[in-house]
Amino acid sequence: MSEDRPRTGSGDRPARVRVTAPPRTTPPVAGTRIGDVHDQTPMGDLYLRSLLREQGALAARVLLVAFGLLGAVPLAYHLAPGLAGHQVFGIGVTWIVLGVLVHPFLTWLGWRYVRRVERNELFFADLVSPDGDQDEAQPTREG
Amino acid sequence: MQTAHVPGLIAVVGVTLVTLAIGIWGLRISRTTSDFFVASRTVGPRLNASAIGGEYLSAASFLGIAGLLLVGGADMLWYPVGWTAGYLVLLVLVAAPLRRSGAYTLPDFAQARLSSKAVRTACSVLVVGIGWLYLIPQFEGAGFTLRAAIGAPEWAGPVIVAAVVLANVSSGGMRSVTFVQAFQYWLKLTAILFPAAVLVVVWLGDGRPAGPISGDDWSMPVASGATGLYATYSLILALFLGTMGLPHVVVRFYTNPDGRGARRTTVAVLALLGLFYLWPPVYAALGRVYGDRILAEGRHNVLVLELPRAMIDGIGAELLTGLVTAGAFAAFLSTSSGLAIAVSGVISQDVTGRWLRGYGERRGVAAFRLAAVVSVGVPLVVSLVAQNIGVAESVGLAFAVAASTFGPLLVLGIWWRGLTAAGALAGLAAGGVGAGGAAILSIAGISATGWGGALLGQPAAWSVPLAVVVMVVVSRLTAHRAPAHARQFLVRLHTPEWLDLPTR
Repeated sequence: MSEDRPRTGSGDRPARVRVTAPPRTTPPVAGTRIGDVHDQTPMGDLYLRSLLREQGALAARVLLVAFGLLGAVPLAYHLAPGLAGHQVFGIGVTWIVLGVLVHPFLTWLGWRYVRRVERNELFFADLVSPDGDQDEAQPTREG
Repeated sequence: MQTAHVPGLIAVVGVTLVTLAIGIWGLRISRTTSDFFVASRTVGPRLNASAIGGEYLSAASFLGIAGLLLVGGADMLWYPVGWTAGYLVLLVLVAAPLRRSGAYTLPDFAQARLSSKAVRTACSVLVVGIGWLYLIPQFEGAGFTLRAAIGAPEWAGPVIVAAVVLANVSSGGMRSVTFVQAFQYWLKLTAILFPAAVLVVVWLGDGRPAGPISGDDWSMPVASGATGLYATYSLILALFLGTMGLPHVVVRFYTNPDGRGARRTTVAVLALLGLFYLWPPVYAALGRVYGDRILAEGRHNVLVLELPRAMIDGIGAELLTGLVTAGAFAAFLSTSSGLAIAVSGVISQDVTGRWLRGYGERRGVAAFRLAAVVSVGVPLVVSLVAQNIGVAESVGLAFAVAASTFGPLLVLGIWWRGLTAAGALAGLAAGGVGAGGAAILSIAGISATGWGGALLGQPAAWSVPLAVVVMVVVSRLTAHRAPAHARQFLVRLHTPEWLDLPTR
């Protein structure tokens, strides 16, 4: 271990700490609106509720589309077994839908979700720090 | 040893050597305890997605699905669909918040969220139980693959896989395993895609013969009757919700740099899994044309290994067999490594870490190595002693138990402020006893017919709602004991890291 070099490449080498478990607490930043959220002020409560509702509704929509479309398949075939006989280019429709098309569909849903959820987070960030000066926030985690 | 076994032998030895080599290379750059546990949290989305894909595509995906599709038809397509869709559920409900929670394992998450040692202990027991349930079929699959590919005795596969996994896991920890698994995803994809392409060309050259039987039954994506409909929906529920509760899946998320990275990784995983799962149905379809003998001899569980020899002769067939053997072996190694890491992580934090309390600086690593021995050794012994635990049943049981325990715990813990320790404990017990008990009964051969059999064989449709209801009701009853920091914790889970923790 003696030849272990500091990874940063900078001259001052941080003191070695023993990592046994991840840090579990986030010290709140005083005097910012994110601080409001942490300190459980009524304003902070409002912000958190709105973010949770927004993100939760988005998740629910995505799951509803996925479960709704895929979940309809067994019932449809149960009620109309004749569906299994349909073919396109000599391949059963079932195999095309559940063997092939479902995969790009799931990836597309996931990709759409990530775009939306990141937009929500940006919006929330604007809400809690209207000056938009993220870099001014004080560093809060020290070794 | 027959000459027919040579390509398979080369494949197995080759995969083993490359795996060990990448592991040793990983060891050279793996220096800190943080490297060991979480690859120092610096794994980017592309590498991490390959690693997750490599870890997740197990024996069941590589070998099992093609055979199940051949025998059972389109209702078995729900396995690959559910295994992929499980990542969509994980993405929208769990991925980013779980990463932001700072939890390395599920017990860590439970303790951080609920501040309860009792819940932590319950989760540790469940992680070890689910992990072992999932490891046993990997070892067994390795046994019958090596027998089919190189004529090795049944015990050889489990022992070799266990030894390689142990060497890799205990030497380099998470960092080296990340590289190993990323490599193994691409190996598995090549090993299933290339032979499939060659065999399709052979089929086209044969004048596109049709299968001997062409029933609409084979294309039915739902089992027959009302019990069949129930069983299909129950399976879908177990697979969709079970993925997020699998211990080896969750550990991986902590190696992402942040919540945003965790999400992007998950989307990449969806794409990689979809790309892989396109191919098993091709083997099943060709198996219907060329696989009468494989079916007649009841060897559909190694359809992927046998099909090249059934369709072409000579050196070409042997080379393709060697390639798919390499892929199958990679599947056992990577999934077992992931599970061993997850189980070792829990055992080392909760058991061996305490034994070795006086050992100073390197205690973490020593505890992890000791834990790895335990976590690989126990399922190895079980798989050697108790043979013929069904691979599919065992994996299905793991999913149902995960969906009925960690699924509700994660979703309610992340999205509902009112969850209490008592509620979580009661819900874990209800779901675990319900799903675990039902599946153990049906594996032990205590089977019922009709509705009884369906309810026991596919418990998720009743055990998941049961767990959720118990968690919510007991939490409501004990609302005065809700953890004081719950809301602050939720803030942290749902706000982007750069808001309250400026980087650099």
